[in-house]
Amino acid sequence: MRGKISGILAVICAFAATPAVAQNEQFFPSLVYRTGPYAPNGIPFANGYADYLNLLNARDGGINGVKIATEECETGYATDRGVECYERLKGKGPTGASLFVPLSTGITYALMDKAPVDKIALLTSGYGRSESADGNVIRWAFPILGTYWDAGDIQIEYIAKSLGGWDKLKGKKIADVYHDSPYGKEPIPVLQALAKQHGFELELLPVTHPGVEQKATWLQIRQNRPDFTLLWGWGVMNSTALKEAAAVAYPRDKMLGVWWAGAEADTVPAEDAAKGYEALALNPSGASFPVHRDIFAQLYDKNLGAADRKEVGNVLYNRGMINALFATEAVRTAQAKFGNKPLTGEQVRWGLENLDLTPEKIQKLGFAGLLTPLKVTCANHTGIARARVHQWDGKEWKFVSDWIDSDQKVVWPMVEEAAKKYAQEKGLPTDACSKAS
Amino acid sequence: MIYREAGQFRTSYAADQAVFPVLQDRVFVCAVALFAFFIVPFLASEYLLRAILVPFLILAIAAVGLNLLVGYCGQISLGSAAFMAVGAYAAYDVTVHLPWLNLLFVFLIGGLCAAAAGVVFGLPSLRIKGYYLAVATLAAQFFFDWLFIRVPWFTNYASSGSVSAPPLSIFGLRFDSPAGRYLFCLALLTVTAVAAKNLVRARMGRIWMAMRDMDIAAEIIGIRPLHAKLSAFAISSFIIGISGALWAFVHLGSWEPLAFSIDRSFALLFMVVIGGLGSILGCFLGAAFITILPIFLNQVPTALGIPLSTAMISHLEFMTFGALIVFFLIVEPSGLARLWAICREKLRLWPFPH
Repeated sequence: MRGKISGILAVICAFAATPAVAQNEQFFPSLVYRTGPYAPNGIPFANGYADYLNLLNARDGGINGVKIATEECETGYATDRGVECYERLKGKGPTGASLFVPLSTGITYALMDKAPVDKIALLTSGYGRSESADGNVIRWAFPILGTYWDAGDIQIEYIAKSLGGWDKLKGKKIADVYHDSPYGKEPIPVLQALAKQHGFELELLPVTHPGVEQKATWLQIRQNRPDFTLLWGWGVMNSTALKEAAAVAYPRDKMLGVWWAGAEADTVPAEDAAKGYEALALNPSGASFPVHRDIFAQLYDKNLGAADRKEVGNVLYNRGMINALFATEAVRTAQAKFGNKPLTGEQVRWGLENLDLTPEKIQKLGFAGLLTPLKVTCANHTGIARARVHQWDGKEWKFVSDWIDSDQKVVWPMVEEAAKKYAQEKGLPTDACSKAS
Repeated sequence: MIYREAGQFRTSYAADQAVFPVLQDRVFVCAVALFAFFIVPFLASEYLLRAILVPFLILAIAAVGLNLLVGYCGQISLGSAAFMAVGAYAAYDVTVHLPWLNLLFVFLIGGLCAAAAGVVFGLPSLRIKGYYLAVATLAAQFFFDWLFIRVPWFTNYASSGSVSAPPLSIFGLRFDSPAGRYLFCLALLTVTAVAAKNLVRARMGRIWMAMRDMDIAAEIIGIRPLHAKLSAFAISSFIIGISGALWAFVHLGSWEPLAFSIDRSFALLFMVVIGGLGSILGCFLGAAFITILPIFLNQVPTALGIPLSTAMISHLEFMTFGALIVFFLIVEPSGLARLWAICREKLRLWPFPH
């Protein structure tokens, strides 16, 4: 009995005692999901993110001499656990957490109101709230590389190109199989606007979370035979969709996934059913880029890697690495202004607002070919919004198109309008950038 | 020893019928309340307040509501998350259309809408019982999930279907701070718990318990099943609706229908079953068990300095949590509250075994 009590006391003491905080550290919290129905996609991303941070520590001794500290917290892609993790990690490190990468639309939405109060930046590369592209209103969220609206626009642009022109879209039928959550619903306004503009018919087919039950959806597709099918899934939903498409003999090369539905985790479990499937890509796959050489040498050869050696270079692994690059380069940019010390959330936000990744810089970081040059400003938080299309050949992803830029003539007015509505709801100014120095 | 009652005489009916007839219980409950109201907000860290205590308090309110229905009236419901959702979305729509309305009234309206929904989905209880009723209330879960996803009016035509709550203030007083949120939820929980405790000791509660123990006998002695069952559904859903509005406004701030999924319904039912059916104390214990324990388990390895991968910690959390549920249900099928009641009886007789 005494042993039991002292054991319990030890646990309680361990909770009460705050661990000694190293002073010269920049703390990078990491919200991950390594369990649950979305784990196949969450794991490679988390590994890429962790490996790049560890690489900077091992190779360069941190960022300009400031060591990187990091801690993972498992969210299981659930919003309430994500909020708990955010609260748990936000105060750690000498300056607190300065930047979060939620990798979940639901958690991003929930943090949207909390982050500005705590003065913590959100890096939501390729997802999140589309109106956060407008930095004049939403100052703390950064959808660098594009929003869901950009993705929807690029998908239709690619289809129009493959048909041979925008006018060929008229009278075509395009189905949208989407995850029935804010993630899947977000692009619908853009798709609807484009449908109206170009005269194609848009058929919306929602799939309930977590997306393992899609028989009814694909029976509808078999009946209606749409000319193209967009896939907006995440986690097990994607591989299930590919198998169901094969079951109703819908041609896989007429399916076009979004950049969250185009990774090895989506196609490998579907085996032969995935062959010919196309999806948008923010970044290429493959482990032959200069940065991977360093990762292998510094981490995997010393048994310090987060992933299995053969998983390095997956689409989502590389994307995790790119996210870590944005985070660390934002810190580096801000250090040039505020000095080489641990930075606060406000300073890191300044770093993100002034993030300028030139071709030379990308070359130097070893990301040449992985990333296109981009420049984020205070007013425009996406920096650049473009994607390529890649196709699964049964073994790997191969590019089948050049870079396609999203048409800002279509997307930006919608972003501005939505941002204005958001500002009205929240009582925010709409010209924060012209006021800020 | 602590519970020695010698010398405590009850000289009036009022004293005999008090909620806590034993002095020690009264002192203990008052001390806990004083501690929770006046000490915790100053001592607790922001993380403890916002991420652990606020969700615990809100779900304890929901558990009180559900316990009235399941524990006292004997009507199994699997639709509690749906009634939470009704409360949350009704409150949201009220703030959208009447932004000047005091937030307290907003929550009340949310609760009333949930009560109405509860009555409608409680109607089948007049004809069916037990497992069949559980399945019928499951319909509420699916119906409201569908309604809030598919009908854009409820989410004020938000393109993504996710809505966010307005700033929190009552009578011009902002309570956005972690301590403010905590105190607001605590105050509502206190009111709810006191009301529920008295309700179940009054005529209404006795009607419900008669209905639970044997509905035919209850009917024969003159209890109207329609009145008894529907009032239980209404009051229970009212409380659950308010907790839903709190969950959305005070805890999450921004939410989507997934926040009120079927998993939440199950979690609430587990709280009531593990805490103890037909016990208000059980609601608190059950809510603590289901909400706080997983988070605690998740942090134990890190706090002890055991190096484990994030995934392994998470798997261990699931396994330990599941094992503990089974353990407590085997040790005491009537719930944690019964376990406490046994301890209390032992303490009252201590040091004599009989």
